[in-house]
Amino acid sequence: MIRLEAITKKFGTTSVVKGVDLEIHDGEIFTLIGPSGSGKTTVLRILDLLDTPTTGRYFFDGADTQAHGADTLALRRRMAMVFQKPAVLNTTVAENVAFGLKFRGVASARIRERVAAALDLVGLAHLSDRRAITLSGGEMQRVAIARAMVTDPEVLLMDEPTANLDPVSSETIECLIRRINAEQKTTIILTTHDMLQGQRLADRIGVMMDGCLVQQGSCQDIFFHPNGQKVARFVGIDTIMKGIITANTNGHAFIDINGIPIEAVTPLPPSSRVELFLRPEEVTVSLPVPSGDIQKSTRNRLPGTITKLVLNGPFIRVTIDCGFSLVALVTRRSSEDLHLAVGTRVIAEIKATAIHVIAATA
Amino acid sequence: MGEIMDGFSQAITLIVTANPELVEITIRSLYISLSATFLAALIAIPIGGLIHFREFPGKQALITCIQTLYSVPTVIVGLVIFLLISRSGPLGYFGLLYTPLGMILGQTVLVIPILLGLVVSSLAGVDRGIRDTLISLGATGFQGVIEIIKEARFAILGAVILGFGRAISEVGVAMMIGGNIRGETRVLTTSIALQTGMGEFAQSIALGIILLAIALVVVVVLNVVTRRYSA
Repeated sequence: MIRLEAITKKFGTTSVVKGVDLEIHDGEIFTLIGPSGSGKTTVLRILDLLDTPTTGRYFFDGADTQAHGADTLALRRRMAMVFQKPAVLNTTVAENVAFGLKFRGVASARIRERVAAALDLVGLAHLSDRRAITLSGGEMQRVAIARAMVTDPEVLLMDEPTANLDPVSSETIECLIRRINAEQKTTIILTTHDMLQGQRLADRIGVMMDGCLVQQGSCQDIFFHPNGQKVARFVGIDTIMKGIITANTNGHAFIDINGIPIEAVTPLPPSSRVELFLRPEEVTVSLPVPSGDIQKSTRNRLPGTITKLVLNGPFIRVTIDCGFSLVALVTRRSSEDLHLAVGTRVIAEIKATAIHVIAATA
Repeated sequence: MGEIMDGFSQAITLIVTANPELVEITIRSLYISLSATFLAALIAIPIGGLIHFREFPGKQALITCIQTLYSVPTVIVGLVIFLLISRSGPLGYFGLLYTPLGMILGQTVLVIPILLGLVVSSLAGVDRGIRDTLISLGATGFQGVIEIIKEARFAILGAVILGFGRAISEVGVAMMIGGNIRGETRVLTTSIALQTGMGEFAQSIALGIILLAIALVVVVVLNVVTRRYSA
């Protein structure tokens, strides 16, 4: 459907997008995640033909959008974009939704029908005669979605569609995005800095960092197998360790981290320098049992001392010093049951398969 | 003080009894200034749009020049137009000097800079997101420009009304181009100047009250329209 080849974008001397290669498939939800200022919005604007790439090629449905004589308007009319800050025109909700159809010369009667259907889709049919500028942020964003969807686009581009919205409005918008994709088979490309939203909505995810698309893949790939420290940190992995493989038997490796042996699964050979990533929810915290060993399937049982406890919604992030720093996520109830506090001696248990191992970068 | 109070009471009488000369001057003033404002708007809105939507070298310098012309003395405009349309001037052939048409031309020239500058500012005041949204919705260049002008309509309307205020309250162009000929080119401002010079304060005060009343009506209408449609 869409293919970007080595796209770059410079504003003056500042490179905002640096060589992005990307392929979007028909009917998928592709999410670009990344911190603010990483170039996500610029990629989206290039996709909507609002900005022209400095170098690189952009193919839409096989057509080179930069080719001499390319009908930019016709290509753009096959897409629609919802902006982070929805701009509504100072007129009624229905008239706002009708703009795309008016521009395409659709007959008035047909416009009325389709506007009504689009407003129905976003649950704002009752507000069609209201002046759009009097709506709340969430309602305005739904108007923007209706305005985009009324033209029945093949591709819907959404730039941080729930940024600045309350949780209830965000939930409504997310449901709407899933519904549009499921019912109308619209290809959706959205950007978000909320990695969990990316995970909830996407079929595939791309991670933008400092203008580069550093990783793309399934949610599983991105959240459990990040390809580097930056991505790992962005997707919520606090525990990043460096070590050397001391032995590897059929992919079952022993890794030395500051003198502490860790078992993990990796095909990398012995003597390889590696980075290990561990999600906090993969760490189980228990109190030491004085009677000795208990048989468990867990390969790694690391004694340590709690150095920090931080409330995180219904969970508590527990930082444990096991010779290296380890972060675990425990429920508040578990924390209370175990009487966890700074200084408490605990055992951190980690399955070998829960640790993601990659070759260390130089 | 007594003279002023007498002037006021006589002025009220003149207005209430719809003094024919007063009515005639008022109608002529409105006709000339409204025509000039309409013509100026017809010229300034598209040119303002062009300046705003096009990028060209010296754009900011041009905007600065236009803004400088906001405060050009009316007598300077009067002098330039006088030289252009006097019998020996390049436009002397049309015989516009000392005619209402000549006054309309002069006031149009006077109002264009202020209208042009404010139209450019009004369009620049439209949220950048609106422009992106319209393009993204598939607007052609022309469709986008029209919608942005519509979006800035209240600010542009304000600019037009300010332009009208400048036209109806000026005296330099009206005096130099119109010549203040009774029954022909005499307007509110030139008449006030003349009557005051002759010591006819009642007539001057009455004309002044009418001038202020016109300004009041214009402002009230603008406020009502803006409040009704912008919220």
